[in-house]
Amino acid sequence: MTIDREKLLDIYTRTMRVARFDEKMRSLLMSGKLATIYYTMRGQELVTSAMMAALNQDDYLVTTYRGQHDQIAKGVPLDLLIAEIAGRVTGTCKGKGGSMHITHPATGVMVTTGVVGSGLPIANGLALSSQNRKDGKVTVTCFGDGATNIGAFHEAMNMAQLYKLPVIFLCQNNRYGEHTAFADHTKVDSIVTRAAAYGMKGVKVDGNDAVAMYQVAKEAVDRARAGEGPTLIEAMCYRMMGHFFGADFSYMPPEHIEEMKAEDPLPKLNALMLEHQFQQTELDAIVAGLEAELEAAVEFAFASAYPDADEIRKDVFEEEIAA
Amino acid sequence: MSDAATLDAKSEKKAKVKQITVVQGLNAAIDEAMAADEGVILLGEDVGAKQGGGVFKVSSGLSEKYGDHRIRATPISEQAIMGACVGAALAGMRPIAEIMLMNFVTVAMDQIVNHAAKLRFMSGGQTNVPMVIRTTTGVGVGFGGQHSDMLEAWFAHVPGLKIVTPSNAADAKGLMRSAIECNDPVIFIENILCYGLKSDDPGVDYRVPLGKAAIAREGTDVTLITYGRTVLDALEVAETLDGEGVSVEVIDLRTIAPYDEATVTASVRKTGRAVVLHEAVRAYGTGAEIASRLHEALFNELKAPVQRIGGAFSAVPMASVLEQAWIPNKDEIAGAIRTTMEWKR
Repeated sequence: MTIDREKLLDIYTRTMRVARFDEKMRSLLMSGKLATIYYTMRGQELVTSAMMAALNQDDYLVTTYRGQHDQIAKGVPLDLLIAEIAGRVTGTCKGKGGSMHITHPATGVMVTTGVVGSGLPIANGLALSSQNRKDGKVTVTCFGDGATNIGAFHEAMNMAQLYKLPVIFLCQNNRYGEHTAFADHTKVDSIVTRAAAYGMKGVKVDGNDAVAMYQVAKEAVDRARAGEGPTLIEAMCYRMMGHFFGADFSYMPPEHIEEMKAEDPLPKLNALMLEHQFQQTELDAIVAGLEAELEAAVEFAFASAYPDADEIRKDVFEEEIAA
Repeated sequence: MSDAATLDAKSEKKAKVKQITVVQGLNAAIDEAMAADEGVILLGEDVGAKQGGGVFKVSSGLSEKYGDHRIRATPISEQAIMGACVGAALAGMRPIAEIMLMNFVTVAMDQIVNHAAKLRFMSGGQTNVPMVIRTTTGVGVGFGGQHSDMLEAWFAHVPGLKIVTPSNAADAKGLMRSAIECNDPVIFIENILCYGLKSDDPGVDYRVPLGKAAIAREGTDVTLITYGRTVLDALEVAETLDGEGVSVEVIDLRTIAPYDEATVTASVRKTGRAVVLHEAVRAYGTGAEIASRLHEALFNELKAPVQRIGGAFSAVPMASVLEQAWIPNKDEIAGAIRTTMEWKR
């Protein structure tokens, strides 16, 4: 399989923007400059970057609390995102949503849910609107392996295939549902086998292989746009840290930790870039540019005001609630 | 009750005006809204022509007219129905989710409570969920514990949801049209026993505003506040008590939440006495909220404490004798009114 250099560079840039963001967030949390719940995506940066590189900006995304990589890869500006996570009025959602509820329709990020599995039925609705309006948009919904045992997953998969909706179910199989290993929560070997139960096309792919992941993503997007229906993608990856930042993950066996270190997508992607005749200096310059963007975003966020208390009465309904 | 709606017989006028049932009123409102706006769609079990236009025939004739892509018959998958409506609404459509019976909303609570109700707020107003959740229920037909509940209090407790229920065909039509046009999620509760009730047809493009109660009957001694099917009982009891010299004002809330506090408070300020009646279980019901608000607003003016009447604290029973014992009856309503009339400080 091959990939053109421009697309590869696009994937690299998205991946590194996610990676630099994540490292910065963890450092802000460690130092106490930021105090909030944060679900790190360390290890899953590449999967989503390759997926989002196959989409247009106005395509829809529905993701989960562990979704900052999905949002950044989709294009949510870092300054608005960090301001939101820091609870500032300049954030995407005026500080009313936080990291688990990022919404940014300008980049197609329609819902981020804190409830496992709930995004899939909603993604169907967005896709249904595109089908009725013939607007050509594709909806992607991201979730983990842990979400595939909740009823909403099965109801949504069946309905999506029944209506041939332009939706892509991207399961980022990071091999853990919260603290429980895949084999301890699911009896089938692969999530993708479940696609057959709904007559749906399913593809399993190494999510840490940029070329393979992009090809699978592109094919699913093309199918959806052509009206050929949904695809379930099972992208294998690793969650390289605990369930949420600061959480213990000593339950991961040492051999699993060794295995995931060997499969770390960041060094793998760097090596791939060099194979494709990019120079390390060129890549370092991109990362330096991302660092500058990130520093400015953090500065913007922390310089921003907190929301006024009267925001509580706004956005409950269209009309403001009387004081 | 709305101007156009009449439950009691005004027989000499009635003969000349076209009558519609609640089912016809709902059907017409959805039909008119679908004709006016491509974004109005309906998802639910059995709603298409192939399935006979719905178990209660509310969507009869609509899939023939607007196509299967707008009247979508669904699998029995309430979470998927509700989620699809949430998603379509986020994209700017105006979906209607038909959840055949109110007890089945329990399987879709996550989509209603965590998503439909909260997404406007959690997104800081960037998105909104203009959807209607149509559902029916009712005590008195022997459907038993899982097909009869009125669950409006659960939803009234959730910020972000509006809850509407009509007591007659004209309001059914006018409230449905307003619910579809509302930019926030509306739970629209229908009552199986009311589907056949007739009103004068209020005509095309008729709307009853959300959040506005109706004075269904004027009176001076006591205010009886209710909504849905029990409005019929309330009006009957009011007539009976009129013969005893007690003048009962009946308020049909029509919108349960947000509650029309201005209309209700003004009425009770006038009468000095209030009884709240609903079919739902009395304990922790909407009657408790209404009574509490009346006590807060009018403590010094009330001539008696606000009385509450509602269903018994058990599952709705099947056997007719038990079901009738469960549901608030007219004697209870009259009794509660007499209690407020005879109250001595």
